[in-house]
Amino acid sequence: MGAIWTVFRKEVLENLRDRRVIVSAFFFGVLLAPVIFGLTTTMVSKRAVENQDRPLDLPIVGVDHAPNLVGFLRENGVQVQEVQLTSDQAMDVVRSGQHDMVLLIGKDYGKGLAAGESAPLSLVVDTSNSRTSPSADRARQLLEAYGRQLAALRLMVRGINPEVIQPVGVHTLDVATPAGRALLVLGMMTYFCFMSMLVGGFYLAIDTTAGERERGSLEPLLSLPVRRSQLIVGKMLATAAFMSVSLLLTLATFGVVLNFIPLEALGMSANFGPRVILAIFAVMVTFVPMGAGLMTVVASFTRSNREAQSWLSVVMMLPIAPIMFAVVSGTKPSATLMAVPSLSQHLLATSLMRGDTIPPLHVLICASTTLVLGGLLVALAIKLYQREAILG
Amino acid sequence: MIQVESLRKRFGAVQALHDVSFSAGDGRITGLLGHNGAGKSTTLRILSTVIRADQGRALIDGHDCATDALGVRRSLGVLPHASGLYAHLSGRENIRYYAELHGLRGPELKRSIDELIERLGLGAVAERRAKGYSQGERLKVGLARALVHRPQTIILDEPTNGLDVNAVRMLRELIRGLRESGRCVLFSSHVMQEVAALCDDIVIISHGRVVVRGTPAEILKATGAPDLEEAFVRAADQDEVA
Repeated sequence: MGAIWTVFRKEVLENLRDRRVIVSAFFFGVLLAPVIFGLTTTMVSKRAVENQDRPLDLPIVGVDHAPNLVGFLRENGVQVQEVQLTSDQAMDVVRSGQHDMVLLIGKDYGKGLAAGESAPLSLVVDTSNSRTSPSADRARQLLEAYGRQLAALRLMVRGINPEVIQPVGVHTLDVATPAGRALLVLGMMTYFCFMSMLVGGFYLAIDTTAGERERGSLEPLLSLPVRRSQLIVGKMLATAAFMSVSLLLTLATFGVVLNFIPLEALGMSANFGPRVILAIFAVMVTFVPMGAGLMTVVASFTRSNREAQSWLSVVMMLPIAPIMFAVVSGTKPSATLMAVPSLSQHLLATSLMRGDTIPPLHVLICASTTLVLGGLLVALAIKLYQREAILG
Repeated sequence: MIQVESLRKRFGAVQALHDVSFSAGDGRITGLLGHNGAGKSTTLRILSTVIRADQGRALIDGHDCATDALGVRRSLGVLPHASGLYAHLSGRENIRYYAELHGLRGPELKRSIDELIERLGLGAVAERRAKGYSQGERLKVGLARALVHRPQTIILDEPTNGLDVNAVRMLRELIRGLRESGRCVLFSSHVMQEVAALCDDIVIISHGRVVVRGTPAEILKATGAPDLEEAFVRAADQDEVA
C-alpha cells in the first residue's frame, strides 16, 4: 500500500508541474468545452427564436406585373421590397448573400394567367445556405398556396369541385417540440464531459508506459523492490484522479455558463443546480476506471509518446459513438441500454438534467456494468505491465 | 557479490545470450566489456530482474534473480545509461521517490538523502528541477538515487557515455570509494581504456558469450596480446571460441 501511495503522490506532483498536462487537461475541460457549448447553444436558440418571429423580407422584381399576387403576399405578412434587377443580377445578389432570396415576376406572367396557362414565376434561392433556407421554404409555401387558391377558383368557375384535384388530403401534424433540439444540446454536453475526463487523464496514461520508457526511467523504476502491479495501480489511480477532477471542474463550469444561455427558448429549464451537478458527477465518474484502464492498455502497446498520442486520440472517439446514436435516434432510457457504457451515463445524465425520475435499477445496472468492465480493463493493464515487451 | 551461470536468453528470432557465466566479488570492480549488441545490456537487465533468463541462474548476494526478485532488488543499486530522471521533480525529490519506494521512511529517509547530497556535492542543485541539469549533475543525482538504500551490489550501465572529463573523474573516484567500502561494483562499457583504468576484473562478452575473463594480467596472458586494447579487439572479434 505504501508504494502505491508513493507512486500516486509523485505522479500527481509531477503532472501538476507539467504545463502541457495542465493546459490540455484543465484548459480543455474547464474553459474550452463550456465556451464552445455556450456559443453553439446560444446560436441554436437564437436562430430558433428569430425564425419564428421574423417577418419575411421578399425582394420582388416586376411588382407591377402581378398586383394580386403581391397583395396576397402582403396579406400574409410578407414585407415586399421592390427591386430592379435582371435575372443574372438577382442570382448574383443571392449568391453573395446580399438578399436571402429574390422573386422574379416576368412580363409574360399576366398574359399566361389570362390565357389560363401556367404563369411563370422564378424564386432565386441558395439552398446551401442553411441560415436562409427556412425563409425560402416559407416563401415557397406562400407562392404554392396562392397557386392552389387560383386553381380552386378556376375549377369552381367551370363548375367543378376543387377537391377533385386533391385526391389525397394530407394533414401534417407536427409534434416536434423545442425539447427535440434540447436533446441535441444535452447530447453535446455529456459528450464534452466524456472528453474532459479522457483528456484529463490522457498524458498520465501515456506516461505510465510509453512516457517512462522514452525518458529512460522505466528500467530503473522496474528494478526497485516494488511489485509492478503496485507501480501501475499507483499510476492508474493518479490518472483516475486527474480524470475525476477534470470532470468535476467541467461540470462546475457548465453550471456557471448555463446561467447565461437562453435555454428557455429551447424549451429547456436550467435544471443544473449544485445538487444536479453532483448527481451527474456521481453517474459520470463510474466511467473513470474504464477510461483509465482503456487508455493505459492502448498506450502500453505503443512504442513512443507520439504513437501513443495518435492512438489515444482515436480511442477518445469511442465513447461518442453510442451518444451520437442515442441523440440521432432519440433513444429513451431502458434497462438494457444501461448495460452500455457511455450511453448509460449519457442517458442518466440527460434524465437528471431534465429532472426526470430515474429508476434505481437503471443506476444499479449502469454503475455495475461500467465498473465491472472498467475493472477488467484495469486488470488487463496490470497484466500487460508484467510483459517483457513493456520495455520496448 | 554477483554469480552468473550459463545464462541464455532469446528475443524472438534473436539469440541474445548463448552462454554467459562470470562472477563479480565484493570489494572489487568488475568491468563487463563488449561491442554494442554483444549482450551486455541483456545481461544487466536479467541481473536487475527487469527481464528473466530462459535458462541459467543469476544470484545477487545470494538472492536468485528468477525466484527472489524482490530480494535481489533490495540489495541492488542500478544506474541506467540514460539518467532517467523526472524532469519536473527537483534532484532531492527524484532521490526521495526512489528512497520511499525502497521503503525508507521518516528520519532515516531524510538522513540518507542529506548524506548523499553532501557526499556528491549536490547541495547547490538539489532543490532545482532536473530539467536544467548538466550531464554531470544528472549523473550525480542518478547515482544518489541508485545508492540511497545503501545497496551491497551496484550495477552501472555504460556510465561514462557522453560525459565530459570532469564528470568521468568524479565517477571514477566514486566507484573506487564504493570498492573501499566493500561493495561489489559491476559496470558495462564498450571502451577498453575506461575499463582498464578502473577494473580489478574484466569480463569480455561477444555475440552472447563470455570469451575471456580474469584480471587484466590474466587476460593479456590468455590472448597473447601486447596490451589490453589489442586483447579486447582479439577477444571480442573472434566469433566462436573453440
